[in-house]
Amino acid sequence: MLGRLNFSTQKKIIIIAFVAIPVLLLLTFAYYPALELVRLSFTNWDGMSPTSDYIGWDNYKEVFSNPEIFGVFKNNFAYFAVGIVQNIVAIYFAVILNGKLRGRNFFRLMLFLPYILNGVAVAYLFSYVFDTTQGSLNFLIGHLGFASDTSWLGNESMINYTLASIGFWRFMGFNMVVYLAALQAIPSDIYEAAAIDGAGGWKSFLHITLPNLYKIIELNLFLTVTGALEVFDLPYIVTKGGPAGASETFVMKIVETAFQFNDYGLASAMSVVLLAFVVVLLSIQRYLLNRGGQD
Amino acid sequence: MERRTPIWTTVKYLSLLVAVFGVLYPPYIIVANAFKTRDEFNLKPATSLPDSFLNFSNFGQAYQAADMTSAFGNQLIIIVCTLVLNLTLGSAFCYAVGRFKFKGSGLIIGLFMFATIIPGITTQVVNFKTIQSLGLHDHLGGPVLLYVGADVLMIFIYLQFIRNIPYELDESAMIEGASLLKIFTTIIFPLLVPATATIAILKVIGIYNDFFVPLLYLPSPEKVVVSTSLMRFFGNNSGDWQMVSAALLIIMIPTALLYLFLQRYIFAGVTNGAVK
Repeated sequence: MLGRLNFSTQKKIIIIAFVAIPVLLLLTFAYYPALELVRLSFTNWDGMSPTSDYIGWDNYKEVFSNPEIFGVFKNNFAYFAVGIVQNIVAIYFAVILNGKLRGRNFFRLMLFLPYILNGVAVAYLFSYVFDTTQGSLNFLIGHLGFASDTSWLGNESMINYTLASIGFWRFMGFNMVVYLAALQAIPSDIYEAAAIDGAGGWKSFLHITLPNLYKIIELNLFLTVTGALEVFDLPYIVTKGGPAGASETFVMKIVETAFQFNDYGLASAMSVVLLAFVVVLLSIQRYLLNRGGQD
Repeated sequence: MERRTPIWTTVKYLSLLVAVFGVLYPPYIIVANAFKTRDEFNLKPATSLPDSFLNFSNFGQAYQAADMTSAFGNQLIIIVCTLVLNLTLGSAFCYAVGRFKFKGSGLIIGLFMFATIIPGITTQVVNFKTIQSLGLHDHLGGPVLLYVGADVLMIFIYLQFIRNIPYELDESAMIEGASLLKIFTTIIFPLLVPATATIAILKVIGIYNDFFVPLLYLPSPEKVVVSTSLMRFFGNNSGDWQMVSAALLIIMIPTALLYLFLQRYIFAGVTNGAVK
């Protein structure tokens, strides 16, 4: 039936029919909530009552002055620190796998494997690994002849690093595959030219590989930082924020504030703060990237 | 850039082997324990192999106790509905936006790009209310709508593919009198199959592994999916490691199999999405 219409009419119908629903969904589930979040953050809405009062900046004052809220960001820091190490290790393995190597595909397959496993299952898997008495990590350490009674999940100063190391296990291979793809895009004749000029492995890594990886490193760092800011599943599943709140993260606080304490206004303000952090970080990254391009 | 000294070669392979060991050690323990009886588990060290790899009783019990029939059933419904909606809407959208220049097409693509920086997790406070007012709280349709709603990666991949299909194909079909809808369904969509496969697999793995959405939007026991069934099961059986091991394996094996057989598409999707 469409065939009888001329193409410009058909075009209009297609455009409207094919674009409307995705745009509607995008507006409903990405832009509307972002704007509504800002509005709610200035209210004391409890999530149920039809009305709510405008309370100005009170929620924001609460977010920044209450150490129980803003202070949990120090728990998020561990994920950032481990994330940096994770990226360095990922680049190392990507460089190795990009060279001549026996069993390359096998190693890539193995290192990426954790990324595709169910996150909840991985979290429980590691609650076993880190168990003090029965855990397989202490078992291994004991066999190597070291003290094997470390309480990986019970020690307040260690807990966030323990949890972040699960993230390392899960996502290092993902970072590596991304770096590997970027490395494969570097034309090999650059290396050959450098080799003729007498550049050794380390030199060509510093002067060819790293500069070519710049954009991807920045992208991965951005993902690391936002990932660290948004950690939720690992502490929620493995420790429930314990011991004594030592592993609570900012997103856990948001979920708890909204869905347990029904303080949607405060939870919205917290979400806006998180959103603002991410947007600022991204802007800084874009700025640095563009400046780098002009050099 | 290859240094061919024996030391470097040794370091290279050694570090890779250590990494592979690190990856496989935790799941190995689970595999070893899932086949052990309770006595075996208590008497033998955790790293030892079970007496028999034919002892499936833990798997049966775990499957029952975690109500995995419902979990897999619900999960399948959510995945299939999401995929059908996502792939048709996404490919059609990218056909319209990628093939025709119209007022606002740039703006629309920009809106999708910009949306990537809004962390999905922050908007849940409001989305929760939206889903509730649509009557989809504790309904399988809720997660489906959320998974379909905010998928920008898919749009990147499809757009890239469509732009690489020569426009002459469309033109010659138009001359032969095919309607635009027909061109989309019989020429463009079939040519998008590799992109569709990549997107579908990433989507399946993403949904299967997600736990935030079902945790928040599917609270009742009948609406259980794999992640939430595992959480409930673990809550009741946390001391019973050989049972838990079996449950973990049942949950982990489907995506591991997908990965082994369809790794090409998965790697293509990951690199496409990130490097772009």
